[in-house]
Amino acid sequence: MNIYVLVKRTFDTEEKIVVSGGHIQEDGAEFIINPYDEYAIEEAIQVRDAHGGEVTVITMGDEEAEKQLRTALAMGADKAVLINTEDVEDLDQFSAAHILAEYLKDKEADLILAGNVAIDGGSGQVGPRVAELLGINYVTTITNLEINGDTVAIKRDVEGDTEELETKLPLLVTAQQGLNEPRYPSLPGIMKAKKKPLEELELDDLDIDEDDVEAKTETVEIYLPPKKEAGKVLQGDLQDQVKELVGLLRTEAKVI
Amino acid sequence: MNFDLTQEHQMLKNMMRDFANEKVAPGAIERDKTKQFPTEIFKELSDMGMMGLPFDEDYGGAGADTISFAIVTEELSRACASTGITYSAHISLGGAPLHLFGTEEQKKKYLTPICTGESFGAFGLTEPNAGSDAGGTQTTAKLEGDEWVINGSKVYITNASHAKHLAITAITGTDNGKKEISAIIVPTDAEGFTIIDNYEKMGLNASNTTELVFENVRVPKENLLGVQGNGFKQFLTTLDGGRIGIGAMAVGIAQAAFDKALRYSKERKQFGKSLSEFQITQFKLADMALKIELARTMVYKAAWLKDQGRAFGKEAAMCKLYASEIAMEVADEAIQIHGGYGYMKEYEVERFMRDAKLLEIGEGTSEVQRMVIARHVGC
Ligand SMILES: Cc1cc2nc3c(=O)[nH]c(=O)nc-3n(C[C@H](O)[C@H](O)[C@H](O)COP(=O)(O)OP(=O)(O)OC[C@H]3O[C@@H](n4cnc5c(N)ncnc54)[C@H](O)[C@@H]3O)c2cc1C
Ligand SMILES: Cc1cc2nc3c(=O)[nH]c(=O)nc-3n(C[C@H](O)[C@H](O)[C@H](O)COP(=O)(O)OP(=O)(O)OC[C@H]3O[C@@H](n4cnc5c(N)ncnc54)[C@H](O)[C@@H]3O)c2cc1C
Repeated sequence: MNIYVLVKRTFDTEEKIVVSGGHIQEDGAEFIINPYDEYAIEEAIQVRDAHGGEVTVITMGDEEAEKQLRTALAMGADKAVLINTEDVEDLDQFSAAHILAEYLKDKEADLILAGNVAIDGGSGQVGPRVAELLGINYVTTITNLEINGDTVAIKRDVEGDTEELETKLPLLVTAQQGLNEPRYPSLPGIMKAKKKPLEELELDDLDIDEDDVEAKTETVEIYLPPKKEAGKVLQGDLQDQVKELVGLLRTEAKVI
Repeated sequence: MNFDLTQEHQMLKNMMRDFANEKVAPGAIERDKTKQFPTEIFKELSDMGMMGLPFDEDYGGAGADTISFAIVTEELSRACASTGITYSAHISLGGAPLHLFGTEEQKKKYLTPICTGESFGAFGLTEPNAGSDAGGTQTTAKLEGDEWVINGSKVYITNASHAKHLAITAITGTDNGKKEISAIIVPTDAEGFTIIDNYEKMGLNASNTTELVFENVRVPKENLLGVQGNGFKQFLTTLDGGRIGIGAMAVGIAQAAFDKALRYSKERKQFGKSLSEFQITQFKLADMALKIELARTMVYKAAWLKDQGRAFGKEAAMCKLYASEIAMEVADEAIQIHGGYGYMKEYEVERFMRDAKLLEIGEGTSEVQRMVIARHVGC
């Protein structure tokens, strides 16, 4: 089976993030594999181990993203591809999907896995857009995957409920939490990762003109969520508390 | 000069940090109380290929370097020093002598189960009357026909309850009136061999520390490890490597204490300010960070020298001595910054201090390290 995983290098949102001049500061920030993509990588490895084939991880970004690709190789992926977009000014979900689809169009992928969302941008668009461009089936937020021949039985998370469905390969799925428990890379895995093939491509290599993948969206402002203030505990008679609450919702929170 | 970790080292560090935070740290307070050996953690470490880290792939090892060993030991110890010492002793006291001095056959038979995690590694040197002066060994091994017959006892031996076999030192004869000490591999299920696990320790409570008693224990002649009469030299070499492990453990504990103290100093308010706004607290934290940085650099230097195949005995003693002493100082200051809370188990810093104390004693006391360094600098 020919398996591809779309992987994004993101900020570790559990670490401190500093915004200055409308940008997230890269200095001092920690970078990780987008956690939802880790589920995708793990699932890809499990599918390969059960059905044979090869797992290729793909990312777009600068040279630094090699670290995340090597980590995926250490987990057990077979090959990696870095599409270097360092020199491209303005990228969004449209651009990413377009570039990835250009790369994937002649690869005859049986299965493509991606994360449900990236924890930085949080759009959840890239996976489905790639599938649309490739003209293959896709299912988002999956929590279980079973492949039988070219039939695929899937459970997916729908706002806390589970939907079961059946579809066919070739297929793109996006991984939701609960799909699996991503493994830690093994020590031999880490040591072998460097020797596994990692191909680096430029947009030119894919015959993509930068203008054709120019972002369709514009980021107006980036800011941190407001600091959490201490809560207020209302006191006294229940009647009075209700009155006070309604008053506060009107005058202070201005939600009614 | 290059002070950067390689990409593999960095990946290993990140991975071990995640593993330690997610799997090792959560039960550490509980294990300190119940003295429960971290069996599950070591099952996972076995699956991750960590148990044979520096040993050849031929025996199921991973063939990684000493820097990697230091990284893994530091990260485990940061979360739980009992787990750290278990790992460090497994590799550097249990596996290393077999790796260094074992015959091909011995390595196949005894090093392989250590690499796979089927057996823990252990090393029996210290005796009731032979600690710092390990040459004062009294345990004897007499050759009777094709067998060594062992009598005597060992104290404070790490991991022995979980080992299938371990190397011990014993007197195997006299050479010109001088005691001849050799190392012998003993299966732990041998008849007449008793392992007693009932010490009540100050710290490292979830690690296994045992007393060994040998009463006419018979092992085949070919269980001799290395050269007959070279036991003393061999364990000195073994301990040089082990000291890097102790240094790395100390750095891990100190880092954990610092991290907790820094976080607490930002949260705790007294006199209308957080502690971190007081210059005295800032200076304490600055000194702690400085000492940790120096200790880690020394550990890496000793490890690097070893990996280059260069002499590293002096540096190993230096890193062990310095790191263990600053681990105590940093843990002490971390408790101080926590005030009364620091005295409570829940805040963990008191455990760090109890755990750190062993590092000034095991694998050569601080005094012994100074003796080693003094000899190296020409005293
Ligand atoms: C938790 C734990 C785990 C251990 N694990 C192992 C293990 O796996 N295998 C093993 O073989 N051993 C192990 N040990 C033993 C450890 O290595 C010894 O305790 C240590 O070497 C010190 O020996 P001792 O306890 O006999 O102290 P002693 O040698 O009696 O020393 C007592 C004090 O006298 C000082 N001293 C001694 N000689 C001199 C001198 N010439 N000049 C100045 N000061 C001196 C020492 O520095 C020390 O402060 C362990 C010990 C503990 C507590
Ligand atoms: C076993 C035990 C028994 C106790 N018994 C009693 C008792 O019987 N009765 C009772 O009332 N209390 C008791 N206490 C409480 C004890 O007195 C307090 O823990 C102690 O006064 C420190 O206060 P704290 O723990 O709130 O630490 P904090 O005041 O939060 O101090 C934390 C750290 O910050 C430092 N710090 C604070 N302010 C400054 C500053 N302005 N400049 C520089 N450094 C500063 C402190 O020196 C300390 O290192 C007990 C505590 C323990 C652990």
